[in-house]
Amino acid sequence: MALLEVKNLEVYYGVIRALKGISFEVNEGEIVTLIGANGAGKTTTMQSVVGLIPKRSGIVTFDGKDITHTPCHKIVHLGMTQVPEGRRIFQELTVYENLLMGAYSIKDSSGFKNDLEAVYTRFPRLAERKNQIAGTLSGGEQQMLAMGHAIMSHPKLLMLDEPSMGLSPLLVDQVFEIIKDINKDGTTILLVEQNAGKSLAISDRAYVLENGNIVLSGTGAELSASEMVREAYLGG
Amino acid sequence: MELVLSTLVNSLSLGGIYAMIALGYTMVYGIAKMLNFAHGDIIMVGAYAIYVFMALNNPILAILLSVLFCLLLGITIERVAYRPLRGASPLAVLITAIGVSYLLQSLAQIVFGSASKMVTVYEFGAIKIFGVTLQVSTLVTMAVAIVVMIALTLFVKLTRTGRAMIAVSEDRGAAQLMGINVNRIITITFAIGSSLAALAGLFYLLKAPSVSSTLGAMPGIKAFTAAVIGGIGSIPGAMLGGLLLGFVECVATKITAIAPYTDAIEFSILIIILLVRPTGFLGKKRREKV
Repeated sequence: MALLEVKNLEVYYGVIRALKGISFEVNEGEIVTLIGANGAGKTTTMQSVVGLIPKRSGIVTFDGKDITHTPCHKIVHLGMTQVPEGRRIFQELTVYENLLMGAYSIKDSSGFKNDLEAVYTRFPRLAERKNQIAGTLSGGEQQMLAMGHAIMSHPKLLMLDEPSMGLSPLLVDQVFEIIKDINKDGTTILLVEQNAGKSLAISDRAYVLENGNIVLSGTGAELSASEMVREAYLGG
Repeated sequence: MELVLSTLVNSLSLGGIYAMIALGYTMVYGIAKMLNFAHGDIIMVGAYAIYVFMALNNPILAILLSVLFCLLLGITIERVAYRPLRGASPLAVLITAIGVSYLLQSLAQIVFGSASKMVTVYEFGAIKIFGVTLQVSTLVTMAVAIVVMIALTLFVKLTRTGRAMIAVSEDRGAAQLMGINVNRIITITFAIGSSLAALAGLFYLLKAPSVSSTLGAMPGIKAFTAAVIGGIGSIPGAMLGGLLLGFVECVATKITAIAPYTDAIEFSILIIILLVRPTGFLGKKRREKV
């Protein structure tokens, strides 16, 4: 059974039909990527699935539960965590306080210390800067922090919206390595990326979103080889 | 020496009251992103509530019941008047808040009439410290205000709910993604703000034992000024602005030549500070999200 199942999801912004009834699924243990151009509806998909923006119609099931009408904060407590586009860490809190916020949905604080150590081990930069105000971190460090505070909540499904955006090529590679790593440790991943080449390379499966429709799907390797994807997203 | 001590105590006491009211404005602004112009009127409701509950002949019980009543009133106002407008234009919310303000004042007039009511909560008397005669009620006000400010600072810094409040004020969407129930945090914010306003109502009764339907109007505007001077949305800013305004007011009323212009001086300070620092002392520049 799929961990996340989206059926005929429709989202409107006013009269504009941003998602035209898309369906996709993410199975446990997979890395699944949605690729698509600017304005294709990738972020809209991510935000409506997690309940940040309202769905017009369709059904979203997560871990066997219908979450179509569940408010965002409750969905997060069910084990779906999202790192939104542009990272959106809490700029005025310290690195440590941000990680503390990441564990907000976990009421039992006994595992907090271990989780914190695990994040610091994975991201040594964050350990060095734990008392620094997050807004003063570099873009790459902020992305590390965003991913660090997302895994503090032990998600079953981690959703990453454009994690490589605005980062230097070296950092982009590092981010994709970390995503693979987090996945290896047992976290299912749904990724949205404009960097189609890198994301397809680490994906089990992928979907191509165009103008609010899913126009193509397949394994990462299949899509990388597809004529259409090569032309539109991989620069021919 | 006498003058210094009495001015210090008086301005800490008055400034403390302003700070407590300003905290309600600033927290609601920071977290619910709205100006709650009915906030000042909660002071008046709190004072009337004490007037009513004093029938029980127990000042402490009357104060507690007044705080509880205002807390529930604040939550109810948010639920009934403001929550349905979440996502509406800021102007609609602002007009609603002004409407709630008039509603509360008019209700008070209907229930209690337009003449002021006398309420003596407790006769504290005066004491001499270093040869200076001070009203005990002023000292009590000062002490309570300081304790409240410290407690609130610790609450926001150290508790899970307090951190959630900071998170919501910084980025509501990201806060939801952390699993924070934004509606619950807003409810808590209104509960805290309204309780502090009820305490302010009590302190006004200790200063002058009478209450009318407009009791909260001027303190409300002054405290709002304090919140803006300190940087609206900032909790330490509201405390700083309140204490500063209390100090200015105490000093100005002591100097005969300028005493009649006290209010004008306070509001001029607001204008000057806004000209120099549009975000107030501790306010932050809001970065627009694209």
